[in-house]
Amino acid sequence: MSELTQAQKESYWRYNVKLTTILLVIWFVVTYLFGGLWAEALNEYTFIGFPLGYYMAAQGSLAIFVIEIAVYAKLMNAKDLEYGIREEG
Amino acid sequence: MNLNKIFGLYTVGFIAVTILIGIAEAVFGLSNRVIGWIFMGLSMGIYLLIGIVTRTSDADQYYVAGRGVPAVYNGMATGSDWMSAASFISMAGALSAQGFSGLAYVMGWTGGYLLLAVFLGPYLRQFGKYTIPDFLGERYGGHTPRIIGVVAAILASFTYLIAQVTGVGLIVSRFIGLDFNVGVFVGLIGVLFCSVLGGMRAVTWTQVAQYIILILSYLVPVVVLSFKLFAIPVPELTYGRLLQSNNVKAFQITADPQEKATRAKWAEEAKALGEKMKDPAASEADKDKAKAAKALADKQATAPAVEGAKLEKYLQTPKGVGMWNFLALTFCLMVGTAGLPHILTRYYTTPSVREARTSVGWSLFFIFLLYFTAPAYASFARDAVFTRLVGSKISELPAWVTLWAPAGLFSVVDKLGDGVVQFADFVVRSTDFVVLATPEIAGLPFVITGLVMAGGLAAALSTADGLLLTIANAISHDLYYNVINPKASLIKRLTITKVLLIGTALVSAWVATARLAIIVEMVAWAFSLGAASFFPALVMGIWWKRANYYGAVAGMLVGLGTTLFYMVGSRFFGLSWWGTNTVASGVFGIPLGFLTIWIVSSLTRAPSQEMQDFVVSIRYPKTGGASVAINEGH
Repeated sequence: MSELTQAQKESYWRYNVKLTTILLVIWFVVTYLFGGLWAEALNEYTFIGFPLGYYMAAQGSLAIFVIEIAVYAKLMNAKDLEYGIREEG
Repeated sequence: MNLNKIFGLYTVGFIAVTILIGIAEAVFGLSNRVIGWIFMGLSMGIYLLIGIVTRTSDADQYYVAGRGVPAVYNGMATGSDWMSAASFISMAGALSAQGFSGLAYVMGWTGGYLLLAVFLGPYLRQFGKYTIPDFLGERYGGHTPRIIGVVAAILASFTYLIAQVTGVGLIVSRFIGLDFNVGVFVGLIGVLFCSVLGGMRAVTWTQVAQYIILILSYLVPVVVLSFKLFAIPVPELTYGRLLQSNNVKAFQITADPQEKATRAKWAEEAKALGEKMKDPAASEADKDKAKAAKALADKQATAPAVEGAKLEKYLQTPKGVGMWNFLALTFCLMVGTAGLPHILTRYYTTPSVREARTSVGWSLFFIFLLYFTAPAYASFARDAVFTRLVGSKISELPAWVTLWAPAGLFSVVDKLGDGVVQFADFVVRSTDFVVLATPEIAGLPFVITGLVMAGGLAAALSTADGLLLTIANAISHDLYYNVINPKASLIKRLTITKVLLIGTALVSAWVATARLAIIVEMVAWAFSLGAASFFPALVMGIWWKRANYYGAVAGMLVGLGTTLFYMVGSRFFGLSWWGTNTVASGVFGIPLGFLTIWIVSSLTRAPSQEMQDFVVSIRYPKTGGASVAINEGH
């Protein structure tokens, strides 16, 4: 494969760092705020029969984690192709 | 050979056999014991067979399954590697007892995979080594980081292994009636056969087979129960209604005069036991007994709700220091998930970085299926207690109660002597009944209970497999081959690994037969230990090219040291920093580890330019696991 230029490398890495940061912020909010500190307030609302705070800690956060990792894998793998990074597996 | 076809046929075959056994149960009246034996024999037979078919003595195959495990299958293998006897049998029960606070385990044991996905998995794969201490040794140079890695890996894995072996013994003795100690050794044969013959390769494919049994057996009972109660076979959607009806019932129980009278009786008993504990004439053993009995009586005397509140205690979020502990525990479990070597090594086995990324996603999806369902289990079991047991006559208890009472998991005592079961009459000794008794609560035949046994066994064995391999490889590959004798031939290394596997297994079985009560706590510790020792050094090693040998050594020692200090101090000597619970000990060691690596690395000489360039280069996936030989001099 052809070597990436320095500029390409930097923009590839910047993209990765940005994506990682966004995912971690969501992870933090979902776990420690929705499922933790704000759960009591959220429990005032009901979602398909569940108190919302309980729902976020028991179900919602888990589903969001799964989606986050899927999004990460999909976007980064697509980015690899865009930059012509192909592994000789 | 086509993997999808093989595992598809295997799954269909397993379901067909289960149905056949079910028919045999209905037609010939197969006894419960016989069904237990069939399930154990069948599943163990499959694992042994896989061990024989996939035996190998090739180093790449033995250590990292030839780096040829596709993402989906690596995901399943990681799933069963990850989900232990505790996840399968005990977690739902713990949730039923702890309510909201218990959700720390559900979030912690899943959310950690995001950290793994974005910080470690793909980069470790690009680095392309064999073990986690290997990474530390290569990245930071010198033997010390590697040796600290070996010690931490053994420390975190061994206690965890003992818990799995104990789990095997319990399952076998509960279902087949074998002696606990015999059960432990029967289980070991299953584990050793695979790992000794085929290393990581055999363990991987066995874990895939174990995952399929594990997840089927976990989902079937609660799906059927959900369908029976709500005509919707998705318990994760329907249990919200149970949360509401249980909530109403909890307030009724709190206000009911008969319940109040029962609780008063327990409170009296607790008071009397409290006096006994203070009695100077009583022996230490008697005092301990009184203490345990008092704890139980106190629990029975507690109402499930506070009158006037909107939500029962089960749904209420922890407050104050409770909330701090909830968040701290969640954090430790998450970071620990991304710091336990037996999970991390699984991402060395995929063919490429791309597959490693996808594979973390599949891993979490397969794990999610179980963890997403566990809180539903807890609610269905509570509903069974609230609506079917409470209020029934002592002389006509529900079938599941009479069936499981002899196992000693719970008992029903008529405290008031009125012949009716009050909620406070239901004495739970082990919340494991939640998963074990659900098939009967759902009115399913015993064959499904047998299936659950096979699932629990699969969960314990698969985790034991991964842990055993991690310990043996840490000693043979990292300590012996890399440090003591780098000239050792492959045959010699593999032989040593095999001897270590057998030795470690025997030692863990021997420790398990001692039945130490502290084992359960030690499992929670393993997460804090893994989190504080590995996570900072791994993340900094990948993300910060300036991190060096001195920083890593100091950081690992500080992380591990602080965590051990707080664990032992808080558990045995009354040490308390902001009231932090001993299971969340890592919450101090993790940030201190990061900080130490940063400060010490900044103050000392930078790593070689070669190493820095190399650290930058693993950001861009290139080749399928080329090994890079860059060593720093010291």
